[in-house]
Amino acid sequence: MAAILPYEYKYLRAKKKFPHVWCPGCGIGIVMGSIIRAIDSLGWTKNEIMLVSGIGCTSRMPVYLDFNTLHTMHGRALAFATGVKLANPGLKVIAVMGDGDALAIGGNHVIHAARRNIDITSIIVNNFNYGMTGGQHSPTTPMNAVTATSPHGMIEPGFDTCALLSAAGASFVARATVYHVIEMDGLIRQALEKKGFSVVEALSPCPTNYGRANRLGDAVKMMEDMRDNSVTVTKAAKMTPEELSGKIVRGVLAEREAPEYTDLYRELCERVQGKAAEVPK
Amino acid sequence: MIPWGETRLVQGNEAIALGALASGIRFFGGYPITPSTEVAEILARRLPETGGVFIQMEDEIASISSVMGASLGGAKAMTATSGPGFSLMQEGLGYGCMAEIPFVVVDVMRAGPSTGLPTQVSQGDVMQARWGSHGDRPVIAICPTSVRECFDLTVRAFNLSEEFRTPVLLLSDEVIGHMRERVTFPRREDVRILDRPVPETPVEWYEHYHPAPSNVSPMASYGSGYRFHVTGLTHDRQGFPTRRVDEVDEKMARLKNKIVRRLDELVEVKTHDVEQSRVVIFAYGSVYRSALAAQVMLEKKHKKVGVFRPVTLWPFPDREVKEYLDEKDVVIVPELNQGQLIHEVERLTSDCVRIVPVQRVDGYEITPEEIVQAAMEVM
Repeated sequence: MAAILPYEYKYLRAKKKFPHVWCPGCGIGIVMGSIIRAIDSLGWTKNEIMLVSGIGCTSRMPVYLDFNTLHTMHGRALAFATGVKLANPGLKVIAVMGDGDALAIGGNHVIHAARRNIDITSIIVNNFNYGMTGGQHSPTTPMNAVTATSPHGMIEPGFDTCALLSAAGASFVARATVYHVIEMDGLIRQALEKKGFSVVEALSPCPTNYGRANRLGDAVKMMEDMRDNSVTVTKAAKMTPEELSGKIVRGVLAEREAPEYTDLYRELCERVQGKAAEVPK
Repeated sequence: MIPWGETRLVQGNEAIALGALASGIRFFGGYPITPSTEVAEILARRLPETGGVFIQMEDEIASISSVMGASLGGAKAMTATSGPGFSLMQEGLGYGCMAEIPFVVVDVMRAGPSTGLPTQVSQGDVMQARWGSHGDRPVIAICPTSVRECFDLTVRAFNLSEEFRTPVLLLSDEVIGHMRERVTFPRREDVRILDRPVPETPVEWYEHYHPAPSNVSPMASYGSGYRFHVTGLTHDRQGFPTRRVDEVDEKMARLKNKIVRRLDELVEVKTHDVEQSRVVIFAYGSVYRSALAAQVMLEKKHKKVGVFRPVTLWPFPDREVKEYLDEKDVVIVPELNQGQLIHEVERLTSDCVRIVPVQRVDGYEITPEEIVQAAMEVM
């Protein structure tokens, strides 16, 4: 394993909270590393970062990081994050969630946060199942996959997270995998820099639960599958639909300029206060 | 914005919104629900004038979550709801208690269960307020009986939440919420507004949950330069998850003790002729108004009854109920439910005291006549 770089160490609550809870071969730590590197490359201070999560494997991340950190209720990361951001618009608010947390129990909040286009960066770590509770199916579990609650095979189609949030109004939507880690560093950085609601879906292996139930091999094999079964947006543009079938498309999938919610709210206050000043009661 | 010292015709829910503004509310996250909606509507209009935030969230769970996020960000925060929405907020209330976040939740009670009678009155949420969220936790709930009290007790709810670092419930009801009364507002200088104590310790020494001095530690906000962790997991003094028995015990004891060791400051009751009467009416919320009217009507029939009113419903005024009611012949308990606080009264009085229920769950008020009739049967 690569040594922890000094600048990564600076962001960890190293003396307090380690060892972490994640299983061997889990990809969540790689996503955490990417978040650290992206923040470091932007030169943001620890005091201005607000990291919010829900419940689940991914949502354990904030406790390990020396930012302002908030580990909320299952599914509610973005609702809490909305409150913190509006109370304190100067904070750089990041929400980290798993697929079940963000898209099942938190599905309502994620689409509405995207619709409002509030300046929050969402990192959704998708490992295709509920890891913490022992590998049940989630809204991203593929058809026919075996999980603890789909022992006879999944008969529900999964969400396309990026298409969903793009349609809901997010300003920036990207997909990364933990195999393509340098690419992920860059996508997270772009998401952090983007004003408005931004999303990075980070595909990550869960060899302990999802991988074992579906005989996908060990963590290394699952990482290799990410390498072999994914293509960049640029490459995908040149492929036929048949060639693209079953492939994961990586990169920036949607980007648009749209008014941001906290800006609009501030303008609304100024407008209302201006009116109040003009018309004395 | 606040008609300090003036006399106005005001609605109960409007007085709650004004009380919140008087307290310095900076954030309201809510979801429309009858019969609480006026609180949100008024704050949607008023908060931007003060630079405060109003946001209509996608549901009640999001509302209470956004309120907690805002409070952690340093804003005085509130939401308002009714029965079904209050049910959805229960997990959040437990989180707020565990994470020790100050905020106010207004529940304008309507008739249930389920969708029930959305436009009609009840007192069906009293036990939900106490026990609705999983796990043991202390609860502070206060209950207005007039429009003026909607203002005063909203201010008190904010003060208590800031002082005790915990969610505080304002349990109003549809009658009080929609009633209009002539209200003379207090003068600005007569109203005490409390803000949460903030830490003065160096950043590296800060503990978000330090037990000294009174089980409630000063509270830093996100973005203030103090970096800390907040979680619903049972946590140590710094806020980090723990399963160490001594730390878990300390946390749980502190959550309880910060309330039960300061009951004198918290618990408030009102009594009218209780000492001189053998028969007493125990009443709260809109029913208290009928109880006072019944007292007058009975007086005309030369029957003397007292009225005992808990202003604080939770923590329940155990000591006061024992002190005032345990020696009586009869305690009449009119409630707009099938019997909730009556069991608390029974718990605290000996078998010699006859407890007489008067209950309605059809969406209408208990009239003074109904209470008079119950009194006449036992006197």
